[in-house]
Amino acid sequence: MGGLVGYGAYVPYHQLERRRIAEAMGSGGGRGTRSVAGYDEDTTSMAVAAGRAALAGLTPGGSGGSGGSEGGSGGQADRGPVRQLFFATTVPAYADKTNATAVHAALRLPADALAVDMAGAVRSGVGALVTAAQSAVPTMAVLADIRTGLPGGADERDGGDGAAAFVFGGDTAGGMPVLAEIIGQGCATAEFLDRWRVPGAAASRVWEERFGEQVYGPLAEAAIADALKQAGLPPGQVDHLIVAGLPARAVNRTVRAVGVPAGAIADNHAASIGNAGTAQPGIGLADVLDRAGPDEIVLLVVLADGATALALRTTAALASHRQRQPVAAQIAAGSTALDYATFLSWRGFLDREPPRRPDPDPVAAPPAQRRADWKFGLVAARCTRCGTRSLPPGRVCRQCHAVDEMVPEPLADVPATVADYSVDRLAYTPSPPMLMVVIDFDGGGRMRCQLTDAAEDEVRIGLRVEMTFRRLVTTAGVHNYFWKARPVRGKGE
Amino acid sequence: MGSHGIRDQVAIVGMGCTAFGERWDSCTDDLLVESATAAAASAGTELGDIDAFWLGTMGSGVSGLTLSRPLRLPFKPVTRLENMCATGSESLRNACYAVASGAYDCAMAIGVEKLKDSGFSGLAGSNPPGAGDDGKDDTTAPANFSLLAPAYAAKYGVDPAELKDVLTRIAWKNHQNGAKNPRAQFRKEVPKETISKSPLVAGMLGIFDCSGVSDGSAAAIVVRAQDAHRYTDRPLYVKALSLVAGPASGLSDPGYDFTTFPEVVASARDAYRQAGITDPRTELALAEVHDCFTPTELVLMEDLGFAERGQGWKDVLSGRFDLDGDLPVNPDGGLKAFGHPIGASGLRMMFEAWLQLRGEAPEQRRLSTVSEGRSLALTHNLGGGPGECVSFVSVVGTERGVPEDRPSGPPQRGA
Repeated sequence: MGGLVGYGAYVPYHQLERRRIAEAMGSGGGRGTRSVAGYDEDTTSMAVAAGRAALAGLTPGGSGGSGGSEGGSGGQADRGPVRQLFFATTVPAYADKTNATAVHAALRLPADALAVDMAGAVRSGVGALVTAAQSAVPTMAVLADIRTGLPGGADERDGGDGAAAFVFGGDTAGGMPVLAEIIGQGCATAEFLDRWRVPGAAASRVWEERFGEQVYGPLAEAAIADALKQAGLPPGQVDHLIVAGLPARAVNRTVRAVGVPAGAIADNHAASIGNAGTAQPGIGLADVLDRAGPDEIVLLVVLADGATALALRTTAALASHRQRQPVAAQIAAGSTALDYATFLSWRGFLDREPPRRPDPDPVAAPPAQRRADWKFGLVAARCTRCGTRSLPPGRVCRQCHAVDEMVPEPLADVPATVADYSVDRLAYTPSPPMLMVVIDFDGGGRMRCQLTDAAEDEVRIGLRVEMTFRRLVTTAGVHNYFWKARPVRGKGE
Repeated sequence: MGSHGIRDQVAIVGMGCTAFGERWDSCTDDLLVESATAAAASAGTELGDIDAFWLGTMGSGVSGLTLSRPLRLPFKPVTRLENMCATGSESLRNACYAVASGAYDCAMAIGVEKLKDSGFSGLAGSNPPGAGDDGKDDTTAPANFSLLAPAYAAKYGVDPAELKDVLTRIAWKNHQNGAKNPRAQFRKEVPKETISKSPLVAGMLGIFDCSGVSDGSAAAIVVRAQDAHRYTDRPLYVKALSLVAGPASGLSDPGYDFTTFPEVVASARDAYRQAGITDPRTELALAEVHDCFTPTELVLMEDLGFAERGQGWKDVLSGRFDLDGDLPVNPDGGLKAFGHPIGASGLRMMFEAWLQLRGEAPEQRRLSTVSEGRSLALTHNLGGGPGECVSFVSVVGTERGVPEDRPSGPPQRGA
């Protein structure tokens, strides 16, 4: 079985303090926060964010180091190894149309790589993980979810949004250092009504949890036993236990039942992120990998319409190939400014009065296809004669006017600085006001775009920003994906 | 090669301009009939005696039929054109060239826009199908122009609160002027406090920093200069017409700093050369400029050479551009108070030059610069926004230069 060669998690910037629910609804709520995908995020855009984080750590040939590729051209070669992409979510942005293709395009994966959705059920997440781990060629599994429920309910309170991506190296690991080996796997499948949702429904339905607790118990025990037997390990040698799943009672029972030392039970992030459903096992695993030492045993158990257990052993290479922004740091960098009414409007439970402006133009398919490298990959052009960057890519150099002497210039990973800005209170946006910035990329090139994950009073000339793939707006049933800037937060700047 | 201009070869001999504003009672056809017949009457001629027409409209109709149908023009050449917010000026430019070429004896430039029927705030154009990936269609015009303010403040070390006062004074001045204009959309003086405290629209700009969304139409009749006195005793001779489209690279070139419109600088330089103007501050009797938003007027004062770089804000505060200032700017109220029906605005600016230089402006806004003998007026019309725009500058005057004074150029035709 292939080993893990890269991973990355994405926790949205916005956090809803649960007390705000009770303040508005008179009941419910609770303590702590839950993560909230922004109005301009969906499972596809979050999958891109996690996928970028996972790819950033890949170093083909095992050159080691922290994987710190600088500038735009550094990223491209790194992204070559992935031959398959499996995208799992319960909230696909589109039905009928594959969502993994947008992720594939934004990650600039090779054109001949397979990219498919595993959409619908929470269980798809672990399905993508296992399938990627078992694949003979380097494969990425990316798990993303947006969890909510009717206002005032438990799913709204306990849910969380986020994504995680894992790259497995296949038979040869593509020459990349293995960060963790899969040493055991167990599965149990059963048909029963635990949690379900008719497509299009605003919220899930769940059966009485005590019923699920009883059904899940033996399934989990069987899967865990199989995985540990394969690994040849007693439960007491597990260094990190992650039990993920939306059936909370069953999860708690399983945690107790495995029989690991109390210190080995990993944080489930209930107090910070909430339960990110499909993505929860991924975020939990990424968080453990952010901290685990070499030669440690990680047991990941997922309860969803059965049970799946994966046992992993970390390697010495992990320490130098962790994702750049750990889960804990992402949580710490978040903002709790979000109020409950805005949260509801973002999730579609509260319609805002739109501005007296025409609806934004819908995306037309042929131009979007012709410019997919730019639109999804933020690949601009660079003049080979004078080196000037052209954004968006054009055929004539703005500097030396050479015609058709351009080469692709990926900019998604290039930091930039705000040169000018405005707060547009008239523009059509799902969450007014729109923050508009003109940004100058390090090494040249400028674009005008929106600033996201930022408060109005944060924007200023000189602000350092990084690029993030977002869903700008949805018009006429078409999601308009493009790139925005967001403030660089955390370490490194 | 070279831009030679057509100095003193053609003249404007008649103009018409409707009242601008929320013309709920009038359709596009009504507005066109109103301004076209007024222009013809002003020139003492009949619509049927006009040989060719250039209709400027951004979005109130397509093709020459938009004009020929309401006027029931009998098989005349009618061109409809568009160049964003400089559309009205572009129709004038084309009509002037047609007459200067000798192709026609008499041409009409007419502009119209019916904005208020859309029900939207601000402009609502339609774009060709696109990929939604240039980051430009999302934002509104006030936001795009508001970029001038923080950049100007940062570059010249102007405190943002002081800059807000400067912008407020520009709006206040144009409302003062508009209050003296029966055709203006807004005919009331507005206290500075009302302006500065108006609800924010974009960046530093409040509602009162934005031009009026308006319906309206304006028209001009152009003939050869030597024929002008057959129509009027006081023609306006066209001294300069300059239009430039920039390379639209300001939003992709980090070298652009959002404190200037290079397109305006280029078109002004060209126009001053055509007209033989060396010091616009003392030679012009008035200037009508594209004050779509208050920071635009501020930056234009510097780009047009009315103020030194980085000093325009002081000149605004000192009242240099007021009705009784050294160089009155937008004495008719400008886009701010007169209103901005896109296709009509460039010709509306010319209408004020027509009234002022001929001494026909209402008494309360007559300019001492004219009575003291200055005979030139400038109009400036801009389409697009900072970083990507087209700019038009014209100079007109009541004195016809002698032919020997003309700059060298291609052989004169039609004389």
